[in-house]
Amino acid sequence: MSTRIALRSVALTYLGVLVVVPLAMIFYRTFEDGFVAFFESVTTPAAISAISLSLTIVAIVVPLNVVFGLVTALALARGNFPGKGLLQAVVDLPFAVSPVIVGVALILFWGNDGWLGGAFPVIFSLPGMVLATVFVTLPFVVREVEPVLREIGTEQEEAASTLGASRWQTFWRITLPAIRVGVGYGVVLTVARSLGEFGALTVVAGGVAGESQTLTLLVHARYIDDHNTFGAYSAATVLMGLALVTLVLMTLLERRREA
Amino acid sequence: MASLAVPKPPARTRRSLGGGVGPIGLGVATLWLSLIVLLPLAAVLTKSLEGGLGGFWDAISAPSARYALLLTTAISALVALINVVTGTLIAWVLVRDDFRGKSLVNAIIDLPFALPTIVASIVLLSLYGPRSPVGIHLYATKPAVILALAFVTLPFVVRSVQPVLMEVDREAEQAAASLGASGWTTFRRIILPALYPALLGGAGLAFARAIGEFGSVVLIGGGIPRDTEVASQYIAKQIETDRPASAAAVSVALLLISFAVLFAIRWFTKRKDVG
Amino acid sequence: MITVTNVSKRFGDFTALDDVSLEVPDGSLTALLGPSGSGKSTLLRIIGGLEFADSGSVVIHGEDVTGVVPQKRGIGFVFQHYAAFKHMTVHDNVGFGLKIRKTPKERIDERVNELLKIVGLGGFAKRYPSQLSGGQRQRMALARALAVEPRVLLLDEPFGALDAKVRAELREWLRRLHEEVHVTTLLVTHDQEEALSIADNIAVMDNAHIEQVGGPRELYDRPANSFVMGFLGPVAQVDDTLVRPHDISLLSRPEGDAREAQVTRVSHLGFEVRVELQLGDGQPVFAQLTRTEAAQLELSAGDIVWLALTGDRDARLVSEDDRLDAVA
Ligand SMILES: Nc1ncnc2c1ncn2[C@@H]1O[C@H](COP(=O)(O)OP(=O)(O)OP(=O)(O)O)[C@@H](O)[C@H]1O
Ligand SMILES: [Mg+2]
Repeated sequence: MSTRIALRSVALTYLGVLVVVPLAMIFYRTFEDGFVAFFESVTTPAAISAISLSLTIVAIVVPLNVVFGLVTALALARGNFPGKGLLQAVVDLPFAVSPVIVGVALILFWGNDGWLGGAFPVIFSLPGMVLATVFVTLPFVVREVEPVLREIGTEQEEAASTLGASRWQTFWRITLPAIRVGVGYGVVLTVARSLGEFGALTVVAGGVAGESQTLTLLVHARYIDDHNTFGAYSAATVLMGLALVTLVLMTLLERRREA
Repeated sequence: MASLAVPKPPARTRRSLGGGVGPIGLGVATLWLSLIVLLPLAAVLTKSLEGGLGGFWDAISAPSARYALLLTTAISALVALINVVTGTLIAWVLVRDDFRGKSLVNAIIDLPFALPTIVASIVLLSLYGPRSPVGIHLYATKPAVILALAFVTLPFVVRSVQPVLMEVDREAEQAAASLGASGWTTFRRIILPALYPALLGGAGLAFARAIGEFGSVVLIGGGIPRDTEVASQYIAKQIETDRPASAAAVSVALLLISFAVLFAIRWFTKRKDVG
Repeated sequence: MITVTNVSKRFGDFTALDDVSLEVPDGSLTALLGPSGSGKSTLLRIIGGLEFADSGSVVIHGEDVTGVVPQKRGIGFVFQHYAAFKHMTVHDNVGFGLKIRKTPKERIDERVNELLKIVGLGGFAKRYPSQLSGGQRQRMALARALAVEPRVLLLDEPFGALDAKVRAELREWLRRLHEEVHVTTLLVTHDQEEALSIADNIAVMDNAHIEQVGGPRELYDRPANSFVMGFLGPVAQVDDTLVRPHDISLLSRPEGDAREAQVTRVSHLGFEVRVELQLGDGQPVFAQLTRTEAAQLELSAGDIVWLALTGDRDARLVSEDDRLDAVA
């Protein structure tokens, strides 16, 4: 009995020192001068532009990941082709690659001195940021959807085809509804990761305030360049709020999935 | 029968090749993965070998580079180890213990996944930084780097051990206890062997994550060369100062280390499964 | 009518169908019977267009459909595990095919209600498949397949996943349904009792081949080979003659060319009595007697009896190989 209490105390203390108390601290710092100060700090022109840039990236990355993620998941779950193992490994690759290396890779491929010789001016602008974010979030939709596709099998789709449904109709009416929770989960993870991406963006984004600065870059810039600790805390709190929403959505979806 | 000569219908090839999406879908997926992931990484590899193997070696054995690589590897290994202990402990408490607010604690575990890394950095800084309200000043020290990495890798071991712990045969445990084994002996002899693959897997993921980590370290670590600068910070700095070949070489070295570790762990767990 | 001609199908190195031909008569309920892995599902799926043959042809009602996609074959297909659309109500499941065909909503509702009544799911329209029992789900799947008024109905072990009692009920129900709607039906099963009890025509498959096609009595009484004989019912062997155990009679004294045998065991299985014996040369044999026959003989282990073959000579086979062992 006492061992149990002891173990529990150690575990909770560890979580407290590592996660809970620091989080509480930043909340306190953000709101110690009242809500108005916080609000003003996150509605400066630079902050507004950062928030909208972050959301723009999300708005582009999510549909890209959903479309290509579904195609990839379908090919992996249903197809039977040489090199399938290799494709599987490539899908997992972004999990094992440091975000900074992602940035380096994009510069060396798309950049002026890169493989494409700067044919597409993507670095230091929105397309570069999108590419970086797509890279780091690429596995999410595939990895959430592929096992679901395997689990539901092909029988329902075959039944639909014998009832006269075309491939397209079968996809919309049978396959997609069956995997929607998985897709939703993948989207939530993609959104969270997109909003939070930092390492790859520091390399490929110009980081110019009001122009090519996302929320995460704003936090960094305010803290390091502007010595505006409070501003950095406030921006971080906005990101934290978004993360919290993500977490709640994840929990809700988890429940749907288990049901 | 005239129909004997009917050529193979296209649907058949579609089924076997690209499955639900056909060869076009397969082509699209391959092209997408190549353009987004594979080709850019290949560009890093070729860049790193621009000056031959000698150039590659020179780049990664430059004093700051070598220090950063060694420091990153060592600290990542340490953090993986810390996670093995604390992760098992937390998973144990979550599975076997019961107390009010347990589901909240369970949700907190995922927080580091949901939280942007830069936020992790600033969160830790607010408590353990220059203006620390508790008087703990870790800014720009190695413990700060360890702290940041422990923060972002928290979920890996917990989440891989938790389900296994739920499955562990309680009857075997009770049988061991009835034979007079102490709690600790039961844990070591009965439970730990069952957890072994999950622990190894979780630790491997934590290591791979730690070794490439950037955002959470960047503010609190200080990035002091040959002291607290981790490999990813070193790489970013090389790009800033326009030395892409050096950045590429260190990137490749870092990738090789993490692949080697992930591969070794997969190999170990597989062998364990067979044996 | 379904006509399958010289169809072969390989999966990699494995031959699932080897030059198979089959005719399913119009309006019949034909069973495709065979052991697991014999290629039944593969043949059915090729007829349905879910799989395509490497060579050979499939003709449905005079139309060559060999390369035609399933959507255009005019078939109804029922799967062993129901393939229910889990996110749709029973009503929407059954109405799916009609909706795809852009049938007006009132017409769909009308037809769905009619079908649900036929399959005995009248009050279940608003439920989801997860709220149905296995038997109910399969009846829903049947209604769904029938809704589009298919030219042929293909069923792949439709009752295989159900327990024995429900299976027997649904079997009976399917037979009656077929008498009402008379759609040409091909039913895959590995259960010879199922095939014998509901089909008017049976094709026996083994090892990528069709061994024999015929009516239930014909197959039972005139098996083409020892495999068919063994698959359709119990077989006893006396010397090199294969015979149904109920075609063996036991006599209490020698007579004609009856053989002497010793009873080793007598089991009372309700309506029948199973007698295990040993012939003079040590060969074991078993016979099936009615209760009355057994009572008259007053058999018990150790008794000496005389064994004679009765019944139809054509129902016997001369053992040609050891294929029977594979079945027993
Ligand atoms: N898609 C496939 N790929 C490879 N082999 C297959 C495939 N489908 C079937 N087979 C093989 O073909 C053989 C015949 O399979 P089929 O499903 O037709 O058998 P079946 O008679 O329906 O058996 P069961 O009663 O077990 O359903 C089996 O040995 C099976 O392993
Ligand atoms: Mg089958």
